[in-house]
Amino acid sequence: MGKIVKCGNQGERIRSDCQVSLELTDNNGIEIQLNSKVKSLYGDSIIALAKEILTYFGIVNARLQIEDSGALPYVISARIEAAIKMLIDSEKVFLPEYHPENESSPSTNREKQRISRLYIPGNSPGLMINAPLHHPDGIILDLEDAVAPDKKHEARFIVRNTLRVLNFHGVERMVRINQVPLGLADLDFIIPHKVDLILIPKCETPEQIKLVNDRIETLSLNYNLNHNVWLMPIIESAKGVLNAYEIASSANNIIAMAIGLEDFTADLGIPRTKEGSESFLARSMIVLACKAAGIQAIDSVFSDIEDLELLHQTASNSKALGFVGMGCIHPRQIKPIHDAFSPGEDEIEKAKKIVIAFEDAQSKGIGVVALGTKMIDQPVVKKALQTIQLAISMDKLSQNWREQS
Amino acid sequence: MKKYDNLVKNAVGRMVPTIVNDQPVIPFQGIGKHRPTGRKYAPPISSVLDYPVDGNKEVASLEEALRLCGLKDGMTISTHHHLRDGDLIANQIFEIADRLNVKNLVWLPSASFPCHDPVIQYLENGTIDHIEGSMNGPLGRFTSKGKMKGCAVLRSHGGRFQAIQDGEVHIDIAVMAAPTADPFGNANALYGPSACGVLGYSLADYMYADRVIVVTDNLIAFPCMPMQIEGNYVDFVVKVDKIGLPEKIVSGTTQITKSPDRLLIAEMTAQFCLEAGLLKDGCSFQAGAGGTSLAVEDYFHKILVEKKWKARFCFGGSTEYMVRMLEDGSVDYILDAQAFDLEAVRSVRDNPKHCDVSVFHAYNFHSKGNYAGMTDIVILGATEIDVNFNGNVVTHSDGYLLHGIGGWQNCLHAKCTIIPVPLFRDRIPVIVDEVTTLCGPGSLIDVIVTERGIAINPLRTDLIEKMKESKLPIRDINSLKEEAEFICGKPAKPHLTREVVGIVKWIDGTVIDTIWKVAD
Repeated sequence: MGKIVKCGNQGERIRSDCQVSLELTDNNGIEIQLNSKVKSLYGDSIIALAKEILTYFGIVNARLQIEDSGALPYVISARIEAAIKMLIDSEKVFLPEYHPENESSPSTNREKQRISRLYIPGNSPGLMINAPLHHPDGIILDLEDAVAPDKKHEARFIVRNTLRVLNFHGVERMVRINQVPLGLADLDFIIPHKVDLILIPKCETPEQIKLVNDRIETLSLNYNLNHNVWLMPIIESAKGVLNAYEIASSANNIIAMAIGLEDFTADLGIPRTKEGSESFLARSMIVLACKAAGIQAIDSVFSDIEDLELLHQTASNSKALGFVGMGCIHPRQIKPIHDAFSPGEDEIEKAKKIVIAFEDAQSKGIGVVALGTKMIDQPVVKKALQTIQLAISMDKLSQNWREQS
Repeated sequence: MKKYDNLVKNAVGRMVPTIVNDQPVIPFQGIGKHRPTGRKYAPPISSVLDYPVDGNKEVASLEEALRLCGLKDGMTISTHHHLRDGDLIANQIFEIADRLNVKNLVWLPSASFPCHDPVIQYLENGTIDHIEGSMNGPLGRFTSKGKMKGCAVLRSHGGRFQAIQDGEVHIDIAVMAAPTADPFGNANALYGPSACGVLGYSLADYMYADRVIVVTDNLIAFPCMPMQIEGNYVDFVVKVDKIGLPEKIVSGTTQITKSPDRLLIAEMTAQFCLEAGLLKDGCSFQAGAGGTSLAVEDYFHKILVEKKWKARFCFGGSTEYMVRMLEDGSVDYILDAQAFDLEAVRSVRDNPKHCDVSVFHAYNFHSKGNYAGMTDIVILGATEIDVNFNGNVVTHSDGYLLHGIGGWQNCLHAKCTIIPVPLFRDRIPVIVDEVTTLCGPGSLIDVIVTERGIAINPLRTDLIEKMKESKLPIRDINSLKEEAEFICGKPAKPHLTREVVGIVKWIDGTVIDTIWKVAD
C-alpha cells in the first residue's frame, strides 16, 4: 500500500468543490472511482480530465477517488494536481486556459477606485464563482487567515486556476499571500497568472516589501512578464504602525496601504470595540502615512455581517478620517460601504461648480480659477475632478452631467 | 390493463401516449386549442334519508369510515396537501387498504411530500397502482426507475380541478384532513393544534367525490364556523389523536434566502419589475414561499413603501412577509390558497382582508375566468428553461422526476411571468438547448432573470422596448445558454429509455409531455 493523500473538500454543505484521494500503485494502471451528483451529465468528462492530468504528470499506475459536489473542471484539475504534487516532485504545471477576459485585460491603474475589496477564502471555490457579480472594486483570494494550515498547499492551486479561469468582470484581481517569508512561495503560484495586486499581511518593515518585490522581479524575468503588480501592505501591529511611512514609501508599486484591526488590537492586548476608539491613533497614522506617500489609505474589515447599519456608520467615520476604502468579508457589505464612501449630494454639487469654473477659466485662457469671490487652488480642482469621477462611477451622476446642469 | 399505448407527436413536438392506464388521452393541441364539451361531472344524488337526523356523522376510526365508503379494488382516493410535510393521514389510508387486502388503488393527492415516502411500499405490493398528482424526491425516483405499476399522471393544481370537474378523474373517496371539524362535517383550518390556515385545495375533492371522509384531531361541537369544508358534502367524520406534526405543517418562520447570489437575482428581478412599469401603484402579484421568491417579495415591499404605492392584491401562498405588507398597508388584500407559516395562519384567521380563496377561482380551466390572468406579475421557479423559453419544473437534467407542477402552469397565464433562477446550479446549467420535460410552452414565459443576465422573450416587444435604456444586463437567451456551457461544460444528454412512466398534463387536460424511464 502506498501513501494516500487527500485534497479538497467534501460534505453536505460543500458545493462546487470536490475531494480527491490519490494513491500511487505499482501496477494495474489507472483506476478512477467517481461519486458525483452530476455524474450522468459530466461523469465521462470528469474521468477523461482526471486521466489527462495523471498522464500529463507521467503517472501510469494510481488509484484515484473523486467525491464531487459539482466542481467546475478547473477546480477538479487543481485538486488532482495538488494531490499529485504531494506525492511526486514535478516542475510541470497543468494550467487551464485563460478566460478571454483575463487574457486580454490590461493590469489596473494606480489610481483605480478601491472602495471595497471582498475577501474570499482561498480554498473555497464555491464562493468564488459568483463573487465578481456583486461588483466589489476588488476581489481578494485569501491564502492567509482564511485557509487552515494543512490546506495552504492545495489552496495555491485553486487560487492560481481561479485567476486564470474565472471571469472577474473587470473587478481587480487581488491575492493576499501568507506572511513574509512564508508568503514568498505563494507568489510563484500567482505572479505568472495575471494577478493585479498583492496584499502583504502583517507588514512591519520595508525589508518585507523588498523581499516580495525581489521575488516578483525574478518571476517576471523567468516568465517574461511585463505588467505591473501592485502592492497593498497591511499594517497589523504596533511596530507596523510606527514604520508605516517607511513601508508606504519603500517601493513605487505600492499603491495602497491597509490596516488590519483584529491583529492590531491583539498585538496591543486589548479588545477590539465597535466604536474603535482604541485604534483611532493608529488609523490616523496610517492615513497620514498614506497621504504623505501619495497612496490610498484603506481601512480594516468590519466583522459583524448582520449589522449593516453600524457598518455604514463605521464606513462613514472611516471616510471622515481620510480612508478611501474598506475591506468586506461578505458581499452584502459592499453596498453599505459604497454608499458611505460615495460623495454626498452637497459634495457633488460643489465639485460640479468647481469643475465648471475650472473649465471655464481654461477655455478663456485664464490662469487663475475663481468661484464667486473665492480663489480655487489646484489641489481643490483635482479633488473635485475625483469626486465627479467617483460620483459617475457610482451612478450618482450622469456621464453627461454638464449638459444636464 | 395497458399502462400506455399509441404514441404520437403532439403540437410541441413531444412524443406522448394516447392511451394511459387503459383510458384514451388527448395529445396537446396548442395553447387554447382544446375545449372539452358536454356537461360537468356530478357525484351521485344523495339523500338526507341516508344520514343521521341528529347530524352526528362520527364513526370510530378511519378504517371503519373507509369500509362504510365501500373501499374496494381499483378505487381512486384523493387527499389534499395542506398539512404538507407534516401529514399523518395519507399514509394511514394505504396502510388500512393494505391490511384489508385492497389492490390497485389510484392515489390522487394535490401534492406529495417527503413524509409520503412510505407509500412506496404500497406501490411495490400492489395496494396502489399509480399516483395522479405530484411525485417528489424518492417517490419521483421510484417512478422514474419504472417501478410504478400504472402510469403516473402529473397535473397542475388547476389541471386537477379541471380533471375532476370534467369527469376525467372520478374520485371514489375523498379523505380530507381538517384541523378543526364538527360531527356534521363542517371543517376549517383556522383553529386546532394542526391549524394550517386555509383548505383551498380541498374544494373539488369534497364537492365531486362519491364519498367524503373528514378526519380531524380537533372535534368541536356543531357548528364549526367558518366552514372551509361544508358538512353538507361530508359522509363521515373521524376523530384521531393527531392529523399532523405542527412543526412540519407550518414553519415557525419562513426565511428569506441569505445566499448573496440569490439575493442578487431577487434584487435584479425587483428592479426589472420597477423599470418595466410592472410594479406600480395598484398592481397585483404572486410569489411563492421559496427563499428567492420571498426575497423578491421583500424587495417589492421596500419599493412600494419607498414610492408610497399600494398593491391591490397579492396572491398566496402567504407568509409573514406578505402579512407584513398587508398590515402596513402596502397591499389591500391577500387572496390565499395556502398559508405557509404561523403568522399567515394568524392573519387569515383574524384579518378580513386576508381571504381564503380556492384554486377554483384562480386556476381552473373550467371556471368562467381565472384570477391568474388578472395578476400583473408572477414569480416562478424552474429546473430548466430552454432557448425557446419553454420551462421544466418536474424533472432534473438527469431525467429524474423530482417535483410536482403545483400552480406553475396555471400561473403562466399572468400578465407577466418572471422566472428568477441561477444560470447554473452546482455545474448543472439551468438554461439549456432543450428542456428535458416540457411543462410550459415558451410563449407564456416572459422573462428569465439570472445572476449573469436577464433574457426577455422576443414576443414581449413591449418589455424589450421599455428596458432599452436600462442598466440591467438584458441579454439574448442564447448568449446566456452559451455562457452557462462555457463555465460548466456541455452536459451529456440524460440516459433515458423509450419506456413511458408518466405523463404531464397541460391545464386543459391534454398531454404536453412524457416522463421516460431513466436507464439503469
